Amino acid sequence: MEDNLVFEYVVSREDFTRAGEASADVKKKLKALGVPSGVVRRVSIALYEGEINMVVHAYGGNITVEITSDKIIMLLKDKGPGIPDVEKAMQEGFSTASDSVRALGFGAGMGLPNMKKCSDRMDISTTIGVGTEIKMEVDL
Amino acid sequence: MTIKDLCDSGKFTVLNLADEERELGKIFCCDLLSIAMGKAPAGCVWVTVMANINTLAVASLADASAVVLAEGSRLDETALAKARQQDINVLATEEPVFDTGLLIKEMKDG
Repeated sequence: MEDNLVFEYVVSREDFTRAGEASADVKKKLKALGVPSGVVRRVSIALYEGEINMVVHAYGGNITVEITSDKIIMLLKDKGPGIPDVEKAMQEGFSTASDSVRALGFGAGMGLPNMKKCSDRMDISTTIGVGTEIKMEVDL
Repeated sequence: MTIKDLCDSGKFTVLNLADEERELGKIFCCDLLSIAMGKAPAGCVWVTVMANINTLAVASLADASAVVLAEGSRLDETALAKARQQDINVLATEEPVFDTGLLIKEMKDG
């Protein structure tokens, strides 16, 4: 069986200056591997939105990106409050972001919808008071 | 039309020049990063007043050909370092967002 490439990243809480490091690194790696630019863009955007969510809403977490022969699998696990109403959170424009986060240009309620749009499959598993786990897959 | 043409026009202050041969795509005006993330077309010239480090992260991931900061917005040192590190073309102007977008459009259309 072919070995898959696996990359792991740690996302810190409320660290906006470092948010995006994981997605930037994955973008660089995918480009180096010759992955088509459309796929690179979708993966980068989905991952960045996820990173921002972990910084804004949770207390940080971990990201694992696995590149197989036919898809890219992103697993985002955070420690945080969880999402009380996933269906509502998936609606464009719904956001619980603070004013300070909005002042940075985020919090328009586009994060989760963008993640879904950019991925071929997305699953959300969340537990109130514990955290959220999001798995996204993008086909190659 | 390339980034070099924009720089040579004398209408903009060049804050970081990473790839002057890059072709200018569609002109995209937006200050909300959340929306830009989902809707900025690849290769676009992104006109915005939002000048922080996250703007550059979004520009890089969305593969914008350039960020044009309007209304006198400027990058701080940290953000400028990010632009250099990520090879992002960044220009600036004192003009408002709409006027800036229109000017670039007129330059593109010749």
